[in-house]
Amino acid sequence: MARAIPKKPRRPLSAACGNSAGMAWGDIASIGFTAVGLVFFVAGTVGLIRFPDVFSRLHALTKADNLGLGFLALGLAFQAPGWTEIAMLAMVWALALVAAGTAAQMVARAALAEGEEDERP
Amino acid sequence: MNEWLHFVGIVLLISLAGALWRVWRGPSAADRMMAAQLIGTSGVGLMLVVAALGNWAVLLAALTLAVLAGLSVVGFVKARSSDGAGDPEEAAPPPLGSLRE
Amino acid sequence: MMALSFDLALAALLIVSALAAVAGRGLFRAVIFFIVYGVLVALAWARLGAVDVALAEAAIGAGLTGVLLLAAHGRLRREGLEADPGAGGQGFAAIGGAGVALALGWAWFALPEPATATRAALDSALPDAGVGNPVTAVLLNFRSFDTLLESIVLLAALVALWMLARDGAWRQRLGLPQHARPGGVLASFGRVLPPLGLLFGAFLVWSGADDNGGAFQGGTVLAASLLLAMMAGLYLPPRIGERLWQSALVLGPVVFIACGLVGALVWGGFLVLPPAYAKGVILAIETGLTISIAATLALLVIGPPEQAHNSGGAA
Repeated sequence: MARAIPKKPRRPLSAACGNSAGMAWGDIASIGFTAVGLVFFVAGTVGLIRFPDVFSRLHALTKADNLGLGFLALGLAFQAPGWTEIAMLAMVWALALVAAGTAAQMVARAALAEGEEDERP
Repeated sequence: MNEWLHFVGIVLLISLAGALWRVWRGPSAADRMMAAQLIGTSGVGLMLVVAALGNWAVLLAALTLAVLAGLSVVGFVKARSSDGAGDPEEAAPPPLGSLRE
Repeated sequence: MMALSFDLALAALLIVSALAAVAGRGLFRAVIFFIVYGVLVALAWARLGAVDVALAEAAIGAGLTGVLLLAAHGRLRREGLEADPGAGGQGFAAIGGAGVALALGWAWFALPEPATATRAALDSALPDAGVGNPVTAVLLNFRSFDTLLESIVLLAALVALWMLARDGAWRQRLGLPQHARPGGVLASFGRVLPPLGLLFGAFLVWSGADDNGGAFQGGTVLAASLLLAMMAGLYLPPRIGERLWQSALVLGPVVFIACGLVGALVWGGFLVLPPAYAKGVILAIETGLTISIAATLALLVIGPPEQAHNSGGAA
């Protein structure tokens, strides 16, 4: 979106982390942390598909929710242009953490209360 | 860096597709809602990646999605409760040993 | 190449989830796929750079509409009516849906090419609009009449919903009697999230002036916070007759019309905003609009007044 007053361009934090062999440490940190986050996301989905029942699947997906998003946000924080964006990344993760924790508890209780009745597909 | 971020996005989309399969298969409502929750979280993750690709204002949309995803699960457990307005924690848990393996 | 693959994968998932929402049997599965589709569309808007629309889609399309549909499905299930419609009903829906899609496609191709001068015209008019965000400028200044009608339509939808109440239930509180275990997970969530949601919603409205955001987006987040507090049993839904809530519901349209009348009397036309006063008037309209949207959406989702509150009869 074009604004009425153009913003000053800001350097990503990764450039501020210093250079090594032409690639900033910040970029390496980004790639490393986001890769770890990806592993947890994929693990969460594989667990969701492969585990045999509702509750074990719930275990799998909360790993993706918490750790996957956390490492992803951490990795992307190194690309952020300023502290505002880093604070927003932290808020997104904290909120997702609270929501995912609540959701896991409630879905598990609801599944328990219903006795895992099979729905018509 | 952008290439890597796009790759991260593609892997997240593939994992989202896996969750779609679980929504299709079920078999119970909790399975489907759980998969939707994972899709919501993956959506938040993907929005973070899109933000990092240059448009940092998308972080606002990611925050909104996280808030509303939490509300959706609350809506689900309310709808599945016996009177439409209850809390699954209010039901007494079944006795130990009665759960199917 | 990577960027193209990403976009193609997103587009493919969009189409797959849309098809899955209408294919196959099972109402609950369709509802979940609809929510998933909303999340993906919000992502698509974000990818296209339309952050205001992505905000609105995430909040309304994926969020509130999802809660509405889940509640509707729950009600059908409790009354034993969740069976799929027969072949006749599904055929009718398929033909109707295809007809609408064809009509939209015809309208799309029948429209003339958009004039490329519009963007330049918008940029030249923007400094006089009073706000920096072009979306807000269009919604609340250049095309404010449409937004006024939208806010009235929301109110009309709420009144239409209330008309579904039984006569005996008219004076009861709205919605089913919500309850949660005190100190439990739901109650704690209902205490933690709404204050943050309130802050975030107010921020979205304020941010919509020059950055991304706006009254609809902020109002929806506020409505979600209020809904959560009501669903956790921490705040009782109002009755229809409560004056404070009635005032909140009509505040937006009333302020909007009042500003329009001031424009008609003083500035030369209904809803005309001279550049000197534009920012202040838009601020006033946005404040009223946010309060009304928050109240209307929250009451829309919580439902019409139900008799179960007092008598304990069937929901």
